[in-house]
Amino acid sequence: MEKEKFLEVRNLKVVYQTDAATVHAVNHISFSLARGETLGLVGETGAGKTTTALSILRLLPERTARIQEGEILFEGNSLLPLSEAEMRKIRGEKISMIFQDPMTALNPVIPVGRQIAESLILHNEQGLSRDAIEELVEKSLEMVGIPASRKGEYPHQFSGGMKQRVVIAIALACNPDLLIADEPTTALDVTIQAQVLRMMKDLRERLGTAMIMITHDLGIVAQICDYVGVMYAGEIVEYGRMEDIFDAPRHHPYTLGLFGSIPDLESDARRLTPIEGLTPDPSNLPSGCKFSPRCPQCRDVCRQKAPDIWQNGQHRIACHLYSGKEAQT
Amino acid sequence: MSVPMLETCGLKKYFKVKNGLLHAVDGVDLRIEKGETLGVVGESGCGKSTLGRTVLQLIKPTDGTVKFQGKEITGLSRHELKRLRRDMQIIFQDPYSSLNPRMSVQELIAEPILINKVCRSHSDTFRLVAELMDTVGLDQRLSGSYPHELDGGRRQRIGIARALALNPQFVVCDEPVSALDVSIQAQILNLLMDLQEERGLTYMFITHDLSVVRHISKNIAVMYLGKCVELCPSKELFKNPLHPYTQALLQAVPIPRSEMKYKEMEVLNGEVSSPVNPKPGCRFAARCKYCRPECREGELPLKDMGEGHWVSCRLYETGTEGGDAT
Amino acid sequence: MGQETNTREYKKYKKESQVREIWRRFRKSRVAMIGLILLACIILVAIFADVITPYERAIEQHGADRFTPPCGQYLFGTDHLGRDMFARIVHGSRYSLLIGISTSLLSLVIGGLIGAFCGYYGGAFDNLVMRLMDVLMSVPPVLLSLAVVAALGADLKNLLVAMTISCVPGTVRLVRSVVISVADQDYIEAAHSYGGGDWRIILKYVLPNAMGPIIVSTTMNISAMILSAAGLSFIGMGVQPPAPEWGSLLNESRAHMFEAPYLLYVPGICILLTALGFNLVGDGLRDALDPKLKD
Repeated sequence: MEKEKFLEVRNLKVVYQTDAATVHAVNHISFSLARGETLGLVGETGAGKTTTALSILRLLPERTARIQEGEILFEGNSLLPLSEAEMRKIRGEKISMIFQDPMTALNPVIPVGRQIAESLILHNEQGLSRDAIEELVEKSLEMVGIPASRKGEYPHQFSGGMKQRVVIAIALACNPDLLIADEPTTALDVTIQAQVLRMMKDLRERLGTAMIMITHDLGIVAQICDYVGVMYAGEIVEYGRMEDIFDAPRHHPYTLGLFGSIPDLESDARRLTPIEGLTPDPSNLPSGCKFSPRCPQCRDVCRQKAPDIWQNGQHRIACHLYSGKEAQT
Repeated sequence: MSVPMLETCGLKKYFKVKNGLLHAVDGVDLRIEKGETLGVVGESGCGKSTLGRTVLQLIKPTDGTVKFQGKEITGLSRHELKRLRRDMQIIFQDPYSSLNPRMSVQELIAEPILINKVCRSHSDTFRLVAELMDTVGLDQRLSGSYPHELDGGRRQRIGIARALALNPQFVVCDEPVSALDVSIQAQILNLLMDLQEERGLTYMFITHDLSVVRHISKNIAVMYLGKCVELCPSKELFKNPLHPYTQALLQAVPIPRSEMKYKEMEVLNGEVSSPVNPKPGCRFAARCKYCRPECREGELPLKDMGEGHWVSCRLYETGTEGGDAT
Repeated sequence: MGQETNTREYKKYKKESQVREIWRRFRKSRVAMIGLILLACIILVAIFADVITPYERAIEQHGADRFTPPCGQYLFGTDHLGRDMFARIVHGSRYSLLIGISTSLLSLVIGGLIGAFCGYYGGAFDNLVMRLMDVLMSVPPVLLSLAVVAALGADLKNLLVAMTISCVPGTVRLVRSVVISVADQDYIEAAHSYGGGDWRIILKYVLPNAMGPIIVSTTMNISAMILSAAGLSFIGMGVQPPAPEWGSLLNESRAHMFEAPYLLYVPGICILLTALGFNLVGDGLRDALDPKLKD
């Protein structure tokens, strides 16, 4: 079966223009996603993960942000030239998003059931009756593991994990084809995180929703992603199947650094091996490879010239270390 | 046996709230030897931060005692406490809100020195501040910067320098790395471990992240709803967790290995119940899959399972390992 | 001893460089500088009023020249008694500025301290003070001032006292609420953890971080105070005629709104410019004091 690319991001470049500086948030990234697949975008603060997500939904702050180059294709149609009204139809119904902080994502003065109904009513093309919508609301609450009887309660009556479930129920209410989850479990406790992750995994299997999972936690990536893009300074420095990122012999030095930084539950080593230095200022990026100032294997060529992409199957690494080398088989 | 750096006995802190008493810390006995690190692990609302502050007497305990170097420090006068503060310091979780935004890096680090009149002259103060900045790896040219101009990692370094300014012996680290990016997290953890070696510091390391605490702690205390449910050497905890809550906590940590994708996740159901007027018996009973009727009654002290491994659970009451939970 | 003086030296050194730093940042804002120049002009006029025109000109009545529109002899025209408006405006600036600045600064100091203590310590003292302030606030400010002036007698000093009292409750409430939100921050706890005393914490940690809204409200108070002094003057409880005060000039002219509208425009514009000046400077100062907004 041919892999259908239903979301495709090509050569995307986004800048934020402020009075003082031009912030290069996303620099020429490309990736694609097939129906039902999950892509993980991993990286640290300021790597451009959220900007990428907001670009797909066209929710970037209008006054400062600009998509300078590139294309975003959804089901074969370009999203960038669409009008605001057309975009609104896509948001929620075809693509929806979960934000990091469940505490602020819900309106505190409206019962959760009404908040779920809201998106259903907005996208009510089939002309569903009030009762039918109520029924759908109850169904979606139960789907995320909340008893339907709680639909009349207000957000403050729910705990953090429960709120995030409500947020997910809202995002899934219209049965979108693509769900973008921006650090959905970062604000939650580990045991609650495990509950929410398992629920998301189950739902994805049942509904066949494609997902973009934005996270900084490689452990979450291992649990739920099919493909992974490792982002650094607005670029995808390594991309591949989850197994490629975790098990393949060749990696981008940044990916290795990330793995070295994680305190591992299963190793006894006392000292960690962090990446030295700091993430670069996105308004003043280094020339050549963006990672070169922090890279332990940096050579002269790295500072002068942006690296080519080394490719092996679906595994892509943007690093000079591998340029000109044969793909291993 | 030598005098421990810190010892708490039956430490309790209750807060009055609208509908009763919130049992934030409910009878905790801990012991930290000089130069060691005790990791305190638990989820939000388990009272670990309150424990840290009560130990430092930043919050007055409701009941129980805290002994610092063998001397009881509960109920000291303001003046005596001020002297004590030189020996016990705290590093805060949030490097954004724990630094006064109106002060420059230099002023921030100098503040404890000036308040406690450690230095004779202002050139001495400057020299000490410069030394501290070197120690924690802050560039001297940042001394005039304000915290908002710096990233989280550097801010946390300021917080560490400030805590070290009075040359303390005991430091409470309240989630010092949880607000930081992974790569920065590792830098700060290494820094804390280096400082411990150089200065012989004793840490109480509070965190929600088991993987962080593994590297830095000698012993680990697992807290649940104000109680310490398990206390044992760090290696032992990861090898042989006894309390069902500890087991669940360990299983919930997502491990970055590719085979995790196909492994069925074992998930702890339910949520932390309210610490306001808690029911008698084991606090974890409501979520525990091994819960038996007798779990819901009576107090349950920590029981010694040998080799410094203490656990508070009915499963191990008979003294046999029969109720093996794994 | 030596240690004490050195600490002081260090502090002084810090103070100076901080003032310079704040001035550097203040200068960057063009709007704030316009406000400052405006204020400087008005204050200079008030200081050198006697040099610009003698006080007698402000109270001399020229029966023959009543309602003369602005011309060469009377720059701003004359009022219904034939008094020179220009001289009245120039000398009126003294009264208006004195009333506006002194009452708001006084209420800032009194209300600020009370509010800071209430917010920082809380508890029974806070409760008591707040209920007292509620009582004071339940009376309309003008009525409150009126009662105080009626009790003490009508003169300028009592007017200042009365207006300060009417202004204090608002300041207390504002400062208290800002202080409460600041006192909740981790850095306050940090200061406790290395042994900082309450005074030091209030003065070095709480107040500097609470400054923004307080400065803005004080500068707004100044213009509000000028206007409410005008109201009191109108009913004979404030500045006594024939002394010129901008607010009373406005009120006196109301009856002649249609014959001589310039009588309203001139003091009106003066009050407006003064209020504008104070507000612009206040905004500029708030931004300059906040290191977060630097550059």
